[in-house]
Amino acid sequence: MASKLTTSNRSGWLFAFPGFGLITLFIVVPFFFAFWLSLTNQRLISPNPTEFVGLSNYERLLSVGVIDIDPEQDENGNLLRDDNGDLVYPRVRTFTRNNPDFAGYEGMREWFRWNSGDTAKVVVATDVVFWKSLTNTLMFVLIVAPVQGGLALCLALLINQRLRGINIYRAIYFMPVVVSIVVVSLLWRFIYDGNDGLLNNILSALSFGMFEGRDWLGNPNTALGSIIGMSIWQAVGFHMVIWLAGLQTISPTLYEAASIEGANKWQTFRYVTWPGLRNTAILVLIVITMQAFALFAQIDVMTNGGPLDSTTTLVFQAVERGYGKQDISGGATISVVLFLMVLTISMIQRYLTREK
Amino acid sequence: MANVKLRNVRKSYGPVEVIKGVDIDVEDGEFVVFVGPSGCGKSTLLRMIAGLEDITSGTLEIDGQVVNDLEPSKRGIAMVFQSYAIFPHMTVRENVAFGLTINKASKAEKERKVAEAARILQMEHLLDRRPSELSGGQRQRVAIGRAIVRDPKVFLFDEPLSNLDAALRMDMRMEIGKLHQSLASSMIYVTHDQVEAMTLADKIVVLKDGQVMQIGAPMELYHEPANLFVAGFLGAPSMNFLRVTVDAIDDHGVTVSNSALDPVTVAHKGRKFTLGQTATLGVRPQYLAPAGDDGMLHGKVILTERLGSETVVNVMLKDGTQLVAALSEDAILDEGTEANFRFDPAQAHIFPEVD
Repeated sequence: MASKLTTSNRSGWLFAFPGFGLITLFIVVPFFFAFWLSLTNQRLISPNPTEFVGLSNYERLLSVGVIDIDPEQDENGNLLRDDNGDLVYPRVRTFTRNNPDFAGYEGMREWFRWNSGDTAKVVVATDVVFWKSLTNTLMFVLIVAPVQGGLALCLALLINQRLRGINIYRAIYFMPVVVSIVVVSLLWRFIYDGNDGLLNNILSALSFGMFEGRDWLGNPNTALGSIIGMSIWQAVGFHMVIWLAGLQTISPTLYEAASIEGANKWQTFRYVTWPGLRNTAILVLIVITMQAFALFAQIDVMTNGGPLDSTTTLVFQAVERGYGKQDISGGATISVVLFLMVLTISMIQRYLTREK
Repeated sequence: MANVKLRNVRKSYGPVEVIKGVDIDVEDGEFVVFVGPSGCGKSTLLRMIAGLEDITSGTLEIDGQVVNDLEPSKRGIAMVFQSYAIFPHMTVRENVAFGLTINKASKAEKERKVAEAARILQMEHLLDRRPSELSGGQRQRVAIGRAIVRDPKVFLFDEPLSNLDAALRMDMRMEIGKLHQSLASSMIYVTHDQVEAMTLADKIVVLKDGQVMQIGAPMELYHEPANLFVAGFLGAPSMNFLRVTVDAIDDHGVTVSNSALDPVTVAHKGRKFTLGQTATLGVRPQYLAPAGDDGMLHGKVILTERLGSETVVNVMLKDGTQLVAALSEDAILDEGTEANFRFDPAQAHIFPEVD
């Protein structure tokens, strides 16, 4: 059955074409292209023909294993110790390189290890950098989502008051949002600078010189934390505005009814404000989670994933491999994995926050 | 139960004074209705009693205690809002018990009080529903239930029936009347609907522009309006006002007339008039009757509306003013015919002011 939409509507379709065309070309096609590329060995520029390789990209990306390594012993069965008295273990390479007893671990590298008794449990992975970027990304999401959401709510509650000049504060909190993240990242590189950075100077002044400066972005222990702090600061104003919109939909008579019933500030929040913000909370949570998973610009500008891969993330790796190393199929594989993760998490969040 | 006293209560928003010195006494167990047109300050006054708006000057006493600076929750009041103000995410039971939850009452006490309120309002079957599953009338019942559970000294109602349709409004009006009889608490009720005011009130306070126009029992206001505003505000259809000239004054009354009205003598009830001044004669449509040549009002019928229980006739008087007469249902007056009307001067009112 030919509907009116498809037949006698030529000018309508003509009008829709630019929009449809652009969406198809730049969103729909690349989306499915990523799935296809992740199943091939396509490189960005290569004389060799593209081959279909099945799931081997995923296999290489995701394969992990645990090797139990016993400490080295002398002929009498005594455990060898080094000069510090620590046990001595054979190198992981001896298991993962040309060792027929551990063929399944061929080519893997150590990710991290822990000790169970004297036995070292060594987690090895083919693509250690991917696993580091995954854990960094998850760490970033797990910290940023609650902290940024909570902080934004606090700010929204503070500026949702009728005070003189409150708009100035609204503007101040919102300002970082309208500045390009690249510019913000560059500025924060100066703040975090190890030699004469603003943060070092302030901490030194506040502690009367007790604090010795450190290179915030150059130290694997502080680099990710520094980027988390700066990222929370940058986008908190955006989520504050969303919370504020939610706050202003709550009927003032509900607050009046609560005050007549004698609710204190906390009870008013607990019984009136928070339930009224339910839908806003779901929105904020999902938006922050997705934004956090897409962490890229800060890393690219501030650390390039370093030091020692301590700040590398999934999107950064996808770009780095796809374009930096011209391994477009590898980048596509990471993109697909990221897509599936974000999809799963969003669906879990939807399920957990569904209307009961 | 308690009395409420307002003494010279004023409220200003910056330079704008919205309540201009109000004195009202609400006796123990009395049902008082604040009535007036939109913007007269009746809701503001109620919110000042509740503590939701502060009082610029004057004193407010509840139960003999000045409560000007007391928190709303400490004043011993409960309030029912026009928009119900029930919490959408809580069940009816949780809504009704909200005040008890806040004050950490025991579970047994909560159950007892909620059951009691539900019994009074006949909503036991609604207790586990959510507000979204309730009709407007049921929601307002929940709001009233929440007020009952507080066991307040004074109930405050802010246009509680305005969001309901006509039929439901009548039912709820009766329920609120019954509630007042069974609880015997003091109640203050704000409305712009004169029917609610007339039917519910022990005492009506008529407000206009932040000032009290008249305070009294419903029939007292109806029969003895203190001024033109009260006379015109209460009663439906509203009172006819005729612009007349004072022809004579004696100890009992003034004699007035105009080109459409033969001279008639009306009691002045202490109001001061001067000879020859223009005054306003008020006659309620219900007190007009068709007459033959002995009628004192002369005009022409321009519209007849048959309402069933009565027939409302619009008359163009000879001087150009319109007159409304509410006649019995069988009165037949054809449109376009000349007609005369008479009334009992004892049921007419004469006011020195002219609107």
